[in-house]
Amino acid sequence: MDYKLPPYATTGQRIWFYGFRVICGLIFFFLMAPILVIIPLSFNAENFFTFTPGMLAFDPDAYSLRHYQDFFTNPGWQQALRNSLMIAPVATLISVSLGTLAAIGLSQSHVPFKGTIMAVLISPMIVPLIISAAGMYFFYSRVGLQGTYWGVVLAHAALGIPFVIITVTATLVGFDRSLTRAAASLGANPVTTFFKVQMPLILPGVISGGLFAFITSFDEVVVVIFVGSAGQQTLPWQMFIGLREQISPTILAVATILVAVSICLLTAVELLRRRSERLRGMSPG
Amino acid sequence: MSDATAGNLSQAAAESRRTDAEQTGPMLAADGRPLKQSLNRALRAQKLRALALIAPLLLFLLVTFVAPIVDMLFRSVENQIVSETLPRTVMALEDWDETDLPSEDTYAALAYDFREAAERRRHTRLGSRLNYEQTGLSSIFRRSGRGIDDVGEVYADQFIALNAAWEEPATWVALMGDPDWIAAQAEWAATEDTEAREPSFRLATGIENVLPETADAYRSFARAIQAEARNPDSPVEEEPWNTVYLALYRDLAAAPASAITGYSGPEEALLREAADAVSGFETVNLRETFAEIEEGWVEMPVWGTIETFSDPYTAGYFLASVDLRLTPQGIEPVDENQRIYLLLFQRTIVLSLSIMGLCVILGYPIAFLLSNLPMRTSNLLLILVLLPFWTSLLVRTSAWKVLLQQQGVINDVLVWMGIVSDGARLALINNQLGTVIAMTHILLPFMILPLYSVMKTIPPSYVRAAKSLGATNWTAFWRVYFPQSVPGIGAGCILVFILSIGYYITPELVGGRTGIFISNRIAFHISDSLNWGLAAALGTILLVLVLVLYWLYDRIVGIDNVKLG
Repeated sequence: MDYKLPPYATTGQRIWFYGFRVICGLIFFFLMAPILVIIPLSFNAENFFTFTPGMLAFDPDAYSLRHYQDFFTNPGWQQALRNSLMIAPVATLISVSLGTLAAIGLSQSHVPFKGTIMAVLISPMIVPLIISAAGMYFFYSRVGLQGTYWGVVLAHAALGIPFVIITVTATLVGFDRSLTRAAASLGANPVTTFFKVQMPLILPGVISGGLFAFITSFDEVVVVIFVGSAGQQTLPWQMFIGLREQISPTILAVATILVAVSICLLTAVELLRRRSERLRGMSPG
Repeated sequence: MSDATAGNLSQAAAESRRTDAEQTGPMLAADGRPLKQSLNRALRAQKLRALALIAPLLLFLLVTFVAPIVDMLFRSVENQIVSETLPRTVMALEDWDETDLPSEDTYAALAYDFREAAERRRHTRLGSRLNYEQTGLSSIFRRSGRGIDDVGEVYADQFIALNAAWEEPATWVALMGDPDWIAAQAEWAATEDTEAREPSFRLATGIENVLPETADAYRSFARAIQAEARNPDSPVEEEPWNTVYLALYRDLAAAPASAITGYSGPEEALLREAADAVSGFETVNLRETFAEIEEGWVEMPVWGTIETFSDPYTAGYFLASVDLRLTPQGIEPVDENQRIYLLLFQRTIVLSLSIMGLCVILGYPIAFLLSNLPMRTSNLLLILVLLPFWTSLLVRTSAWKVLLQQQGVINDVLVWMGIVSDGARLALINNQLGTVIAMTHILLPFMILPLYSVMKTIPPSYVRAAKSLGATNWTAFWRVYFPQSVPGIGAGCILVFILSIGYYITPELVGGRTGIFISNRIAFHISDSLNWGLAAALGTILLVLVLVLYWLYDRIVGIDNVKLG
């Protein structure tokens, strides 16, 4: 289908052209509506989960920041936020450092058992979370990691690895190997070559892999419920409990904050992707 | 190929050209080695370097991720608890023909095993394990734990009445203990070091031949009280359990007179005196003793279940996962009203398929539109797909919870528009519909993105060519465009299906009772019913299903081609 309606289009074509756009518009609405609806609801002055008549009349008194206030003053939510911020960055650091190294290894021209290795490295993304959670719960209990901070960090690091591998290997596909050879021929040792030549070029991929790993850990609920204990209660865990038992509108405030966080992350990843494409476009070959 | 090898190659080629005239033989590299060998060495070094870079991550994943999964697979068939808790009983049951209740010997074995299990507080655990197979066993085991102390009391009283020395722990230690152990124990007692544990009890050599059951029962007594976690006791200070006296009676009654008279060692006079007296002892029937403690011990099904599950490995959990059970008579389907797992698997698959189908129906037009719009517009619209993709799963689930409730936004709108009356608000949540709606929304980006990346590569000239040859819009789409987009549909479908089949959070929150998946049942068995073996078996089945699809995905799409955003 062309994106512009030609002047000679028949009535049927016109109907189809606009009809199709309306259908697509509805699907986009379906995609966005749930996210958009919770934002105004989070400013509800009442403890309701729906629009009050006052809100629909745009009465300023019907809106308030009380749910946000609750989030920022409630010790339970604050502890959960702190836990999330303590777990996700460390898990990200582990998956990014090990993942980048492995992605560089995988992009070499001769890697024995490449298919098998790749399948194992991607598997944490494919295996259903409940199975990973069950396995880790049993195994970590045996070795004494269940219910500890490091247990959760290691589990989240494992879950973040596929994302790092995928993004970094994708960046390395366009990497011009003659650059490292040139560095080597000018007398740089492999470590210097890596940090001065290769790393700056693949950095956008590494960072966006890191962002993926971060959001994986930051959003993760299933594994942390099983591997963690009350001391590692994260933000999503707190939300999960809130949704299941004592449903409180504070959740909507938290959800709105998280939407803002995802918008920031999405923008960052998008900018990095463009930058990476530009960098790759610059290098010949 | 590294530069060094490339250099070697050209030099070697030049050299070989020079020397070709003079000699025939293998081509040589600059350092005089055969070229083939030199190249192989370079290749090997390169492979090793690549593996060295991958190794840390691979090791990390093996320990933190693969090992737990393998552990779970193992747990789904593991059943050592029966043979560990009741080792003697399991051995005695090997010759049991299952026609009548087991022999007195088996009941004696059960008495020894159960006394130790009760001391180590393992009997309730075994009871709850066997309760999965036959209801009621848990309470039998729990109640027996209290009554087991009395088994053998009759004999203990008679031995003590015969000679008060039998009441003394010292008598027993002298009779049973290894002289070296007694010395080590005395040394330990003298140091008064509260940190060090008492040396573990060892039997005297030879005593097992004279008094086999007594030696075994006494060792089990001594080790069990030493192992007590909070306040360990010493066999030097404790009078043995009544079951040890039972064992002594059985040994003395069964042994030929020569065995006892032939014994020489500590307390030999005491032992001979007892051996002469046992024929006059008042006896009890062990089967009746157990029947008094708990009626279940004289019922055939209880023994049948113990016998059936005495193997260290069992297929029982897998059978339970498909609504079958292992009974002493063989494999049988469970009662009609308890069949849930096959239904649950079927529901998981049917709902996942519907979610997948809906994703295709909703995702295809969007991907088609995106790939046909100019880059600038499509990039802008792509954000509408990527934002939900990046938004937290819980945020989207809570949004649907808010929207779909009876007092929620959608129902409010419908009532306001007059489509439904206030009294007849639609039930959109806590049922299968809720699960399907919310999960379609959550998984839709996973369908659109692979579809879009495939459609972007379809040249628009093909459709134009078809049209110029006289095809209608529909024919051009259906016969030319659609077949080229099929790989994208395949990739998206497998991805969505794999993700949806293992979903836990969303069905748990919006699925109610009818809209839950197999994952929810796995979680229930891990954290609520504590039937870990069944959870592991259900998980294994799900895992196999997913891995087959993963393999298929790898064959069709290739995991290297997975793209994110």
